[in-house]
Amino acid sequence: MSLDISFIGILIGSIMASSVPLILAASGELITERSGVLNLGVEGMMIIGAISGFALMVITDNLFVAIVGSMLSGVIISLIFGFLTQSLLTNHVATGLALTIFGIGLSAMLGKNFVGIPGKEFPILFSSLRESIPFFGPILFGHSIVLYFAFALPFLTNYFLKKTKLGLVVRAVGDSPVSASNQGINVILVRYCCILYGGAMCGLAGAYLSLIYTPQWIENMTAGRGWIALALVVFATWSPIKVLIGALIFGGITILQLHMQAIGFRIPVQFLSALPYLMTIIVLVVISRDSRKIKLNTPTSLGRIFYKEK
Amino acid sequence: MALYFFTPFIAIILTILGGGIIFYILGFNPIEALKFYFITPISNLYGLSELLLKATPLCLIAIGLSFCFKSNNWNIGAEGQLTFGAIVGGGVALLFYNQEGFYILPLVILAGAIGGMIFALIPAVLKTYFNTNEILVSLMLVYVSKLLLDYLVVGPWSNPEGFNFPETRQFSDSSRMPLLFEGLRIHAGIFLALAAVMLSWFILYKTYLGFQIKVSGLSLKTAKYAGFKGKTMILVVFMISGACAGLAGVGEITGPIGQLHRMISPDYGFTAIIVAFLGRLNPFGIIFASLVVALTYLGAETAQIFLQIPKYTGQVFQGMILFFLLASDYLLFFKVKILNLKKNELRH
Repeated sequence: MSLDISFIGILIGSIMASSVPLILAASGELITERSGVLNLGVEGMMIIGAISGFALMVITDNLFVAIVGSMLSGVIISLIFGFLTQSLLTNHVATGLALTIFGIGLSAMLGKNFVGIPGKEFPILFSSLRESIPFFGPILFGHSIVLYFAFALPFLTNYFLKKTKLGLVVRAVGDSPVSASNQGINVILVRYCCILYGGAMCGLAGAYLSLIYTPQWIENMTAGRGWIALALVVFATWSPIKVLIGALIFGGITILQLHMQAIGFRIPVQFLSALPYLMTIIVLVVISRDSRKIKLNTPTSLGRIFYKEK
Repeated sequence: MALYFFTPFIAIILTILGGGIIFYILGFNPIEALKFYFITPISNLYGLSELLLKATPLCLIAIGLSFCFKSNNWNIGAEGQLTFGAIVGGGVALLFYNQEGFYILPLVILAGAIGGMIFALIPAVLKTYFNTNEILVSLMLVYVSKLLLDYLVVGPWSNPEGFNFPETRQFSDSSRMPLLFEGLRIHAGIFLALAAVMLSWFILYKTYLGFQIKVSGLSLKTAKYAGFKGKTMILVVFMISGACAGLAGVGEITGPIGQLHRMISPDYGFTAIIVAFLGRLNPFGIIFASLVVALTYLGAETAQIFLQIPKYTGQVFQGMILFFLLASDYLLFFKVKILNLKKNELRH
């Protein structure tokens, strides 16, 4: 029995690890969307973060530089999106798609010389406690610092949005850009900041994949996680805490299918993999049916272009 | 108006320049690399046939998408509709795997179109009756359809004599698109694309439905005031769009592929969105745009062979085209503003 319990502990630990990129990317995208901007470029920003993080690690041999660099590269690539949608008033959907397509291509181009290079071991915290405490050890300890940050992020995001003045500004800009603008808020500037923040978090999510989760560079290694993160924001009805819960469910499904494959379970893995997408559609239907619910949950101006007459 | 159709060319030129700069940074001779990319692939008959082969699905899907985009419906799940169309069409083709007959190919094509149509109806119905966001639903369904295809080719539909490869049986010759020339892969599917272009031009510019679509795209309020049945129109444009994507899918599997497997489309459904924009949602513009974007696919393959760079680079060019196109639209926006200013001055 004790063996089973420790196995479940390890299982939960691995579910947490697999949900980290989803939490990071979705929390970033959540802030972006809360300001009224729909950025479909999550996958592209993540993959750029993954290659820049890995490349910087190989070049500088410094993991700190690699992590910071991946966030910066996310910021830079999201700046393209920000400039186009905010300054040149382009359509959010088309621009975001272009960003994803561009990011996947560019990352493969940049990563050409980094294929097959082994990664470096990322330091984990409290590794001794992990072994000594049954069940709770593998859940609470022996993770990278990025994981601890990721699990704190939804709470920080929640605090930011609900309790700080800046958070209120972000929500105001997303829900009613015209009145926010009339109140003297620089809507475009706020949206720029939210887009760049989203880029930084997506870059970090990518770096988590290439530096910590599977420490190597593989073309297209984000493998659709960016799209799941996008789904997750909707699934969570734009609430940071629900992002955390949703990421654990979606991450759990990923881990579960690996184990079910191993046991030879009868449900085809593809059906499990499709669950996050199907669940997101169901949530969308449930929240959209009622116009009051949709007003409560969705940033009202999501995806709409804001233009200030001068 | 002239500028509206001129900016796509500006975007293409800027993309080529941008590509040259990227090649230079990566340490290639930019002129030589661009030559491998844009000229070598189409400098022989085989290359030209490959260009048309790749342009065919792009053109078909983009034509369908133009109906959605013109009427402000954001169907971005064409890749899913393509996949589902290929699944349904492929299923019919597999039913007749050991039979021959002139009626099989039309049945397969029809099944593909219906499959795409049904799949596109999901976001459309959810949008009209539950007010859900069609962008997110159609996007989520792309992955559902790809996983379904994966399940089918690994599981129930996998070739019993296929040594567990993730693929179905080969379709019979009667389920294959007739080839147009000996030794080239270009097939009769191109006529489907051309027919779609003609038909869409007719519908968009000569029928009441086309008028409704355009008015709804310009102003939803006006459309409502005019008493257009918004819900029916949403369903119709999604059905047209899905059918076109389904046809593109079935064209691929009955054309160059000849069976179902995991990789039936190199994201044609997503790239077609770029084609639709580059072609300015105009049927004839889309023909031109599909050829340009098809060249980025071909160029990427050639560059992979001659320069050993990953073929994903095609996506760098595709992304850049859309970036520059969207950016150059600002010029139009600006011009409208200046014109409005002048008008106001005249009034004063």
